[in-house]
Amino acid sequence: MDDPLLPHEAEVAEYIRESAGIFTLRLRFRDPAVHAGYRFAPGQFNMLYLYGAGEVPISVVSDPLDDTLFDHTIRALGRVTRGFAQLRAADRLGIRGPYGRGWPLDQARGRDVVIITGGLGCAPAVSLINYIVRRREEFGRLVIMQGVKHADDLIWAERYRRWSQMAQTQVVVAADVGTPLWPWQVGHVTDFIGQAHIDARKTIVMMCGPEGMMRAAVGGLQAYGLPESAVWLSMERSMQCAVGRCGHCQIGGKFVCKDGPVFNYPQVRELLAVRGL
Amino acid sequence: MEAGFLQHGRFQALLDVLHGCGYRCIGPQVRDGAIVYDALSTCRELPQGVRDLQSAGSYRLERTSGLRYFGWANGLQALKPMVFAPEETLWRVQRADDGALRFSASRPSFANLAVIGVRACDLAALALLDRHFLGTAVADPCYAARRSGMFLVAVHCSDPSGSCFCASTGDGPQASGGFDLALSELDEGFIVETGSARGADTVAGLGLEPVTASQRDAAARQIDTARARQRRGLPSRDLRAALVSNPEHPRWEQVAQRCLACGNCTSVCPTCFCHAVCDSMELDGSAGAHARIWDSCFTAGHSQIHGLTVRPDTRTRYRQWLTHKLGSWHEQFGRSGCVGCGRCISWCPAGIDITEEAAAICSGSSDG
Ligand SMILES: Cc1cc2nc3c(=O)[nH]c(=O)nc-3n(C[C@H](O)[C@H](O)[C@H](O)COP(=O)(O)OP(=O)(O)OC[C@H]3O[C@@H](n4cnc5c(N)ncnc54)[C@H](O)[C@@H]3O)c2cc1C
Ligand code: SF4
Ligand code: SF4
Ligand code: FES
Repeated sequence: MDDPLLPHEAEVAEYIRESAGIFTLRLRFRDPAVHAGYRFAPGQFNMLYLYGAGEVPISVVSDPLDDTLFDHTIRALGRVTRGFAQLRAADRLGIRGPYGRGWPLDQARGRDVVIITGGLGCAPAVSLINYIVRRREEFGRLVIMQGVKHADDLIWAERYRRWSQMAQTQVVVAADVGTPLWPWQVGHVTDFIGQAHIDARKTIVMMCGPEGMMRAAVGGLQAYGLPESAVWLSMERSMQCAVGRCGHCQIGGKFVCKDGPVFNYPQVRELLAVRGL
Repeated sequence: MEAGFLQHGRFQALLDVLHGCGYRCIGPQVRDGAIVYDALSTCRELPQGVRDLQSAGSYRLERTSGLRYFGWANGLQALKPMVFAPEETLWRVQRADDGALRFSASRPSFANLAVIGVRACDLAALALLDRHFLGTAVADPCYAARRSGMFLVAVHCSDPSGSCFCASTGDGPQASGGFDLALSELDEGFIVETGSARGADTVAGLGLEPVTASQRDAAARQIDTARARQRRGLPSRDLRAALVSNPEHPRWEQVAQRCLACGNCTSVCPTCFCHAVCDSMELDGSAGAHARIWDSCFTAGHSQIHGLTVRPDTRTRYRQWLTHKLGSWHEQFGRSGCVGCGRCISWCPAGIDITEEAAAICSGSSDG
């Protein structure tokens, strides 16, 4: 019988250290048939099982057309993710997925795209930026807005600099707390939405990060007269099953694991407005 | 469909037929002052001449002089633990010396159950659990294994408890479907109805007698009385709008002052489905298991993500329970998640009454 909860064995093809505490696992399924049948969309996630320790939801950040390996960029935070940080090439883990609804890339094609993210390299946004940057000509203007708490928290500073030099691309990085040599803005990233020069008629906004940040961003976007339906966001909740059964990821009547994690803003407007739902 | 009348003294014959068909019979029995479901071999184990006195924060059994087997409302458990086990292994994994992992699904090995004395509210709750665990593209295999082959013998309620309010939710006191057999218990015996082909097959050889008009009247009258005796009720069957528009009602804080966040309500509730997963490993490191275990939205872990507990206090957790049960369930399953069984009222150590809280919040008033 088809078992929705049974992981498949996967192996680490390559381990990349991104920064202190952040690493990328490049993976392949051990069973070639499983590997060949695996398809995902940016914004979707897998459940990754660390032997004996547990399963955690992690976004897929590689390109959906790359069928050699798939990548997970992980921040070592707790029991399971710290364990993953210890893995090395050829080590095994369990994977099931992909789950959830990803970013509305078909709708974004041909339009200006604004990506707003907060926190440390918010993973669902990484997959999105990677996807668009690799197909730059299919999209209009691109604005990448990244907020961090402290200037030292920014990883991939080099990538932001490179992206800011691409044509038709604007990068705004803001740290709540700056440092003397910090080349970017100081303040909340949402304070700088006014600098994004958004054309409300042809822009789609995609964001992820702390809910307070997303609430503030929606406020900032309203000044442009952007329709609410042009705003998409990825939500984070505790996820233990990823198939809409365990109940942990609920927000109101939504199961974030299967109805999300990416939502159109009008779907969650009322839910986002209440704290502690 | 009405099948006939079974004399009270011949109830064992029904159990014998079910045993003969290979079912393991489960029936209500008195244990430690409460009615629970347990393996049933003879009808002598049924709670004959017993009634239950239930009210907010209280459950008590009392002897009566009657001879009925089902003259009480309900016990601690509904059907939930039989289909959705409180704890069960979902899969196992073996690790070879070279680190290779082999995953294998775990399935409950299960005799077909025949459950005797199922209440209308519990059937309604089972229909909701079926939708949750089976009603998607890929069914939950463990639930499906337990559920398939289950034979259900309902008994319409004649004696609701002080906590019951199934009449107001529309789920009782009469079972309207989802059973193989349904019984109306009268002093002299049972009117037997069939709800499925296998139900009809089971009673075909029982030698049922024709039902008389006065027996039929008596059964209808006792359902009406059972309905009329219920004192509690919800303000409406769809409280979604009222709950969603009152997330900051002061009553949430007031009930949080009384609530112990013990999770009794979610564990006795026949429709709560939340569960956590739990991973373990053999001491020698050669194998592991992945299990699920009932969880409750009253725990801190339920809404924890790294560095943040989304629902940090009892106020937001009680609000989740009530708003999910009576509100967002509509969005998920097309109806309320409450079937009016009253268990959360009786088994709450603080005596919190879901009908009172719902009324207070939905009427917009903060006192009373
Ligand atoms: C859709 C989605 C995509 C994500 N993508 C990424 C990504 O690409 N990269 C990334 O780094 N992170 C990602 N995350 C976050 C990641 O899942 C968490 O960082 C990870 O679960 C942390 O697990 P841990 O065991 O290491 O941490 P811990 O803090 O030890 O545990 C985290 C989780 O375990 C549970 N838990 C812990 N302790 C208890 C307890 N005592 N009782 C009950 N439950 C407990 C909680 O539910 C908690 O959410 C994503 C999250 C979601 C929802
Ligand atoms: S909420 Fe209470 S009364 Fe309603 S079904 Fe659950 S336990 Fe029964
Ligand atoms: S969230 Fe709470 S009320 Fe809803 S099913 Fe889970 S335990 Fe029950
Ligand atoms: S993660 Fe279990 S229901 Fe969404």
